[in-house]
Formats: sequence, C-alpha cells, structure tokens
Amino acid sequence: MPEGPAPAPVTQRLRVRYAKRGRLRFTSHRDISRAVERAIRRAGIPVAFSAGFTPHPKISYAGAAATGVASEAEYLEIGLITPCDPDHVRTGLDDALPEGLDILDAVEACTGALADRLEASRWLVRLDGVVPDVAEAAALAFMAAGEIEVERLTKKGRRRFDARAAVIACELDRRATKEAGASCAILRMVVRHMTPAVRPDDVLAGLRQVADLAPPSPPLVTRLAQGPLGESAGELTDPLTPDRQTAPAGDGVAATASAIGTADPGAVSAQP
Amino acid sequence: MPVESLFARLEPLLPQVQKPIQYVGGELNSSVKEWDEAEVRWALMYPDAYEVGLPNQGVQILYELLNERDGVLAERTYSVWSDLEALMREHGIPQFTVDGHRPVGAFDVLGVSFSTELGYTNLLTALDLAGIPLRAEDRSDEHPIVMAGGHAAFNPEPIADFLDAAVLGDGEEIVLAITEVIREWKAEGGPGGRDELLMRLARSGGVYVPRFYDVSYLPDGRIQRVAPNRQGVPWRVAKHTVMDLDQWPYPKKPLVPLAETVHERFSVEIFRGCTRGCRFCQAGMITRPVRERSITTIGDMVETGLKESGFQEVGLLSLSSADHSEIGDMAKGLADRYQGTNTSLSLPSTRVDAFNITLANEFSRGGRRSGLTFAPEGGSERMRKVINKMVTEEDLIRTVTTAYENGWRQVKLYFMCGLPTEEDEDVLAIADMAKRVIKAGREATGRRDIRCTVSIGGFVPKPHTPFQWAAQCDHETVDRRLRALKASLRRDKEYGRAIGLRYHDGEPSIIEGLLSRGDRRVGKVIQAVWEDGGRFDGWSEHFSYARWRACADEALAGEPVDLDWYTVREREEVEVLPWDHLDAGLDREWLWQDWQDAVDETEVDDCRWTPCYDCGVCPTMDTGIQIGPTGKKLLPLSVV
Ligand code: B12
Ligand code: SF4
Repeated sequence: MPEGPAPAPVTQRLRVRYAKRGRLRFTSHRDISRAVERAIRRAGIPVAFSAGFTPHPKISYAGAAATGVASEAEYLEIGLITPCDPDHVRTGLDDALPEGLDILDAVEACTGALADRLEASRWLVRLDGVVPDVAEAAALAFMAAGEIEVERLTKKGRRRFDARAAVIACELDRRATKEAGASCAILRMVVRHMTPAVRPDDVLAGLRQVADLAPPSPPLVTRLAQGPLGESAGELTDPLTPDRQTAPAGDGVAATASAIGTADPGAVSAQP
Repeated sequence: MPVESLFARLEPLLPQVQKPIQYVGGELNSSVKEWDEAEVRWALMYPDAYEVGLPNQGVQILYELLNERDGVLAERTYSVWSDLEALMREHGIPQFTVDGHRPVGAFDVLGVSFSTELGYTNLLTALDLAGIPLRAEDRSDEHPIVMAGGHAAFNPEPIADFLDAAVLGDGEEIVLAITEVIREWKAEGGPGGRDELLMRLARSGGVYVPRFYDVSYLPDGRIQRVAPNRQGVPWRVAKHTVMDLDQWPYPKKPLVPLAETVHERFSVEIFRGCTRGCRFCQAGMITRPVRERSITTIGDMVETGLKESGFQEVGLLSLSSADHSEIGDMAKGLADRYQGTNTSLSLPSTRVDAFNITLANEFSRGGRRSGLTFAPEGGSERMRKVINKMVTEEDLIRTVTTAYENGWRQVKLYFMCGLPTEEDEDVLAIADMAKRVIKAGREATGRRDIRCTVSIGGFVPKPHTPFQWAAQCDHETVDRRLRALKASLRRDKEYGRAIGLRYHDGEPSIIEGLLSRGDRRVGKVIQAVWEDGGRFDGWSEHFSYARWRACADEALAGEPVDLDWYTVREREEVEVLPWDHLDAGLDREWLWQDWQDAVDETEVDDCRWTPCYDCGVCPTMDTGIQIGPTGKKLLPLSVV
C-alpha cells in the first residue's frame, strides 16, 4: 500500500477571532469548519496536516456558538508549517471567506491554552414583541432567584440543570433597546462557561419560569465577547492579550501582530 | 418597480426548520444583481432539496453565464422541505430565490432543470408557493414563463399542462437566445402579451411550447396525431447541441455552499455525449455526438476552479470519462500538478478494462485504495449483448484481478434488473459473476479480506432509446428475481459473506416508467398525487407507491389507459409515441433497427472509432464528432 511522506511539522500556531453575522448565523459548526478549510486553501495559507490516509488540516475551534446564533467573538487556532505574518493571514482569510464569516483578529499563539482563557461570554439577546419594562422585571427576578432549574432536550434525552448559577449578569440594555426603536427588548447577559453549558436559550427558559416571559418570535442572539473574567463583576478581557504581551520583542512578525492587534477595531470591541 | 427581499419575513421562521442554512444563500461566487438594472430576469430552479440541487452543473453553468451578461439577472431557487413549506403557507411567504430572496413570481422566466422525472411533484409545490397558477392556460401576463430543461425535458408531455415551454439539449446558447427574444419583446412594450412572446419563442424553432400542439387519441388510447394548432410553429422541435466546448469553459467560478451537499467537489465536464451505444442509456442517446474538451482547457478549468472555490476534490465528469482521447496524459498531468497539495482527483468512470485501473492508480497516488466501481449492467453474457454493453466475463475477471493486485480491496459492481428479454437465470448469473470476482481476488492476493458489493437498479425504458418500445418488467417479477439472487448469495458458504448486495424494490421504477414514457394524460395523475401530499418522490422515505397507484387509478378512470398500459405494455413500430414530435436527432428507423438487434443479441460498435452507422444525429443536427488527441501535455503549474 502506498503511503505518503510524513507531514511537515507545525512551526507556528495562530489564534484567530472571527464573527458570524447576518444570514450566516444559520451556519452550523460543521458548515463553518468546511468554509474555513476551503478559505485556507483559497488564500494559500500554509496550514499543517495530520498524518494518515485522510489528512486533516490542523484547525481547532473553541466552543462554537450554536446554529442560528450570531457572534462577534468566535475563536479558532491554526497550525502552520511556515511562519506567517498574522495580519496577512487575517486579511487573506477574510477575503477568501463569504461575507458574513469575517476574520477580526489574528495573533501568534505564544502562551497557554486559549480554551482555558475563554471563561465566560457576553451575549446580546433581542426579543421582538416584548415590552422593555416586562423584560427588565423578568431579568431582575431572574437575578434575584437562588436556583432556577430548566430542562433542555439534548442528544442524550431530557436533562434538567440549574441555569442561574452560571449567570453573572442579566439586564435590560436600555440604550440599545431605545436605539432599536421597534417594539423590542434587548437583554445583555454575561454567562460563565460551565458544564453543563448554560446557553442564552436556557436563560430565556429561566426567564419564562420566574416571570412568565414568553417572546412571541424566536430571539436573536449574538455573542459579543468571550474571554477571561476581569477584576470588576461582569467584565471580560480580550483572550488574545496574553499572546500579544508574550510575543517575543524584536521578532518582526510578532511585532507587527501586536501593533495591529491594538489598532484593530475588532480587537477593541472585544474589550467590555 | 423594485422587488423587496423576503428575507426579513423569512428569517424568524428559519430557527424553526431543519438545516436553515440551505435557505439563506450567500455562497461564495453567488451573485445578487440590481433588480432594476436588469431587463431580463431568470429564476433557475433545481426541483429537489438544496443539498442535491446546489451541486448541479447545469444550473451553475446557466446561472454564471446569464449573470455575466449586462442587463440579465439570474437567481436560484430550490425545493423547500415540508417544515418550511407549512410555515411559508401559514405566513404567506411565496417561493423565493436564495440569492436575493426575491419572489419567484416576479421573474420573467422560471427555468427548471429536470435531471429526473421524480422532480415533477416538486415543480407543482414551487409553482403553488410562488402564486403561479399550476396550469399554463390559467396564467396571465404577470406570471413568469415556466420553462423546463435538462434530460427529462426530452419528454415533457406528462408535465405539458404545467409548462409554458421546454428546451431540449445543451442550454448554453439557447438561454442567451431566449433572453434576446424576451428583451426585444419587453422593449417593444410586450405586444400581444404572453401569447405573442410564446409564439416568438416557438417560431424560432428552438423552444417547444406545448400549448401550440394538439394531441388526438385513437379509441384504444394510443395517440393518433400530434400537430401544431397554429401557423408558423414547426412540426418538430429539435434539441440544441453546443459544439466546441472549449468556447464554454463553465463553471469558471463554482458555487461553494456553506451547507453540506451531496457533491462536495469541483467538477469539470471533460466531454459531452457518448457513442458507446448502451441501449438502456437515455443520456448516451440524447447527447450525441461526442464532443471533447481539450486537455489544456481542462487543465485551466481545474486550476481556476480550485483557486476560486478552495475545493479539495476535482471530479472529471462525463458519461464515460475513461474514453477521453487524452485521459492518460490528463490523469498523469493533474496528479503531477497537485501532488502533495492534498487535492484529490476522482473519475466517475465505470468502464471495465485494465486501463481503468492504471487511471485509478494515478488518481489515488499516495492515498487509500478503497473502492473501485465497474458497471457490467447485465449479469449474463447474453444480457450484455442485448443491452450492447460489450464486456465479456473474462474482461471483467481480468480487470478486477488487476485491481486487487494493485492494492484495491473493494470492488463495486453495478447491474440492472428487469431488462428486456431478461429471464431468471440472467439475474442469477450476477451471483456467479460476483463469486468469480471474489475467487479471483483471493487467488491474486492470497488474502481473505477481499470484498465486492453488487448494486442493482431497476431498469426503466426511456424515450429516445431503442428500448422506448419495450415492455417494462412488472415489479413483482423484479422483486422475485432479486429475492432469488439474494437467496443464492446467502446460501453460499464460501463466498456469500464477502459479497454485499444493494437493491431497491421494484415499485418506484414503475412510477418512474409512467413519468418517463407518459403522455399529457399523465399530468392528471401528477396533479392528483401532489394534491394528495406527494412531494420529493426521488427520496425513498417520501415516495409512496400506494398513493401513485391509487391516484393513477382514479385520475385515469375515464380513459382507455392505465398505469400498466403506460409501463408493462410493449409498443409497436407504428405507434405514435408521445415524444415523436421532439427531435433528438436519432433516426426513428435506426432506433427501431437497434431495438430489433437488441432482441437478436446483435451488438453495435462505437462510432468514435469505427465508421458512422447512421444513427441520424450528426446530419440532422449538423454536428460531428469532436475528439482529440491534441498531443498537448499539462505543464507543471509555476509556483509563486
Ligand atoms: C454528477 C451526477 C450526479 C450527482 C449530482 C447530481 C446533481 N445535483 O447535479 C449525484 C450523484 C447526486 C447524482 C444523482 C442522481 N443521478 Co446523476 N448524474 C450525474 C452526472 C454524472 C453528471 C450530471 C451533470 O452535471 N451533467 C452536466 C450538466 C452540465 O448537464 P445538465 O445538467 O444536463 O445541463 C445542461 C442541459 O441539460 C441544459 N439544461 C439543464 N437544465 C436546464 C434548464 C433550462 C431552463 C434550460 C433552458 C436548459 C437546461 O443546460 C445545461 C448545460 O448545457 C450525469 C451523467 C452525465 N455525464 O450527464 C448523471 C445522470 C444525470 N444521473 C442520472 C441519474 C439516474 C441519477 C439518479 C436518479 C440516480 C439514483 N437512482 O439515485 C440521482 C438523482 C438525483 C436527483 N434527485 O437529482 C442519469 C439520468 C438518467 C437519464 N436521464 O437517462 C445520468 C444521465 C447518468 C446516467 N447515465 O444514467 N447524479
Ligand atoms: S451520426 Fe454517425 S457519427 Fe454521428 S453519433 Fe450517429 S453514428 Fe455516431
């Protein structure tokens, strides 16, 4: 049986932040990974492959948002066989992806595991047809409760778990609600990543339970940020900062990366 | 007048349906042009689920070349699943395009691509959702021209009542010609309305407009005559043939779906047409003659296609890809070019000869040699003579032995059941052949892990083939023969376990037979089935034979014909066939002679390599065989 040569080793790992926006929020995690693989090929990025008969590109994803959920802060890591300027990768990949899957930031992985830094998410939940005051009252009732057991249908059947403990903050975003103009309420939530994972849907199920909040149409959920919890309550910091700070000084490639990192609007909006 | 996107209304429904991504569009290389800047607007439909329809080459080609033109806009639409259909009805959302989410009813033309007849009920769903009256006669000037294309359009009679027009053959040139006719007519202010536009299209000779032809019947149910019912309409409408495929190197920018689809690869048609003369194959008969793309055009198309799409796999597509005059150089050239890039090449070829193994080896360089497919189609030598599949058992054994020796472990063999003149022993011969294959494989390799899968499809006689006169085998007989075959394999202790058997029961083939060779009266059956909830008939989990049977009985109750009459009845030479006025170029006498030769077990050669045997196509259509070799080679791609 013919066997190919051993695959080239990984010499650099890049951490990439991307968004899924607009109608592409309906992509599933598998859809995204196929799109990213193809974009990497189109952009000619020297990705590393696993060994074996069906080599897979070395791309790993950190806790992807569910199908139907939009996001401004998804993360993936790519293993490369030749080091690249992260900024080039960022623009190249962005051009190669369909509009709505947008690359916001890319840095060289310099320290620690990214997944460990993704402690919590900030969510924006738009509830059409819900009176803002009603939503606010529900959020207050939710935060005041001790434990709120909700039920979710998982692949393994029905599961009951507490939706309250993971929620660090849940409140009406008055400004956004006002700006939206239409009859809707916009909630902001900060939810700690735990097992079992508590998702915005679960919080909404909790809101229904404690305050009978029943939105007439499906909520529009957007993840705004993911990262380590900061000093003050509900604060999230940019999970790519440690990599930028550890980037070896004097190294041309990494230096550009950190300069771009702070100038990049995507990175800025990651700060809470 | 601007046409609003329906997306805002559709969006809240999407979280409630399966795989919402299939309805949002936004694929790489898709386009949404300004509505108001277009003079002629096409909605192109593949009447099946998005996952099947998106990869369709025909639609992608027409979509791209129409959108390349100024003043022309083309968008795509696919069948929606029943969950979304119900929600769309509840919320009053019409059939939409996935590109601009524009209502299909607002376009000038709805062009539907039928590769199979099993999409007919889905056409009705789309029309109904679009707010277009099902029957062409009930449509007004506001409604799009509903036009069928693709292989099944070579007998559009069963759906004639629902169509304004049908186009036979290659679409590249004719869609542009149709666009011009519509543009002119619209620029003149649409004189004479819909009728005049259809008349202009019909007069050109390249578009079949069913309403301009009357069909009369004999008391026994056979067709008496099909004749134009007005001046200026041709008696016969001919198919279109694109010569010089190098001039039409589409798709240049393949659509890259976000959703998972049945074909995740970049396909290049390396030639069109096939003259091997397999008598069961409608595709081979209606796409004559053979027209090759040159090796260099193919090389360029693969290069741009991969660059534009990022696909990891290339398919070299045609009816018999190993027959391309430069396939060897092409395979080696492409394998060299893409060595080490994790790009895989595939050849959907099923030709039974050793050369095929060399090709397959080239295509699997460095990869796993899992499975190879061959299509002997008939189990016995006699059967293969009837269908003109010139393969001897020795050829096959030699070929598979070579395959196993080259490290291939699994061989897939395709057959048909229910072929004309078939007897029980012809089907049982499939078992003997499969056993010999395993025996040869074990001997060649000294291994026991040799496997062979036998895949069997029910034969359906198709229009424009020598078998168009044949009686279709009834489903009871097909099922009985398949059961006997299965039992024979089961009983075999030595080889039985190494042989897998895949087949379907015979009932769906009977309905396919009704739709393939039906006439206008079958339209009532289709409509009844659709009204009764029939959808997605190509999917075994949605197809209901009982429903089709009951609807056929009911809808045809007043007629001298029934389901059996359309399917298991043999036709005589003089009978007027529903598609006789539609010209695929094949000489009727030649087809009849070929049918007689089939019964006599006489074979015919391939006119590519032997003298023309006057099937009629080339002189009638003013075409000719276009094959290489060009003698050119694929040079390595320069790396920048
Ligand atoms: C790739 C392929 C598939 C793929 C992809 C299908 C897809 N979504 O496109 C898969 C594996 C999924 C598949 C499945 C099936 N396939 Co298939 N498939 C092919 C293959 C190899 C290539 C098709 C192709 O891309 N052709 C090239 C394009 C450009 O041609 P085209 O689509 O006909 O379009 C041109 C014209 O017809 C015209 N045109 C088309 N639409 C329209 C519309 C308008 C308005 C106009 C004006 C013109 C127009 O313009 C186009 C450009 O010239 C063909 C064999 C072949 N080489 O043709 C078989 C073939 C089409 N398949 C066939 C069959 C039987 C099937 C299945 C029913 C098999 C099964 N039993 O399940 C299913 C049906 C799936 C479905 N529901 O549609 C048969 C059709 C039988 C026939 N007519 O005699 C063929 C011919 C193979 C054969 N020799 O038997 N198939
Ligand atoms: S007319 Fe002759 S050359 Fe042309 S396809 Fe028919 S047999 Fe072949």
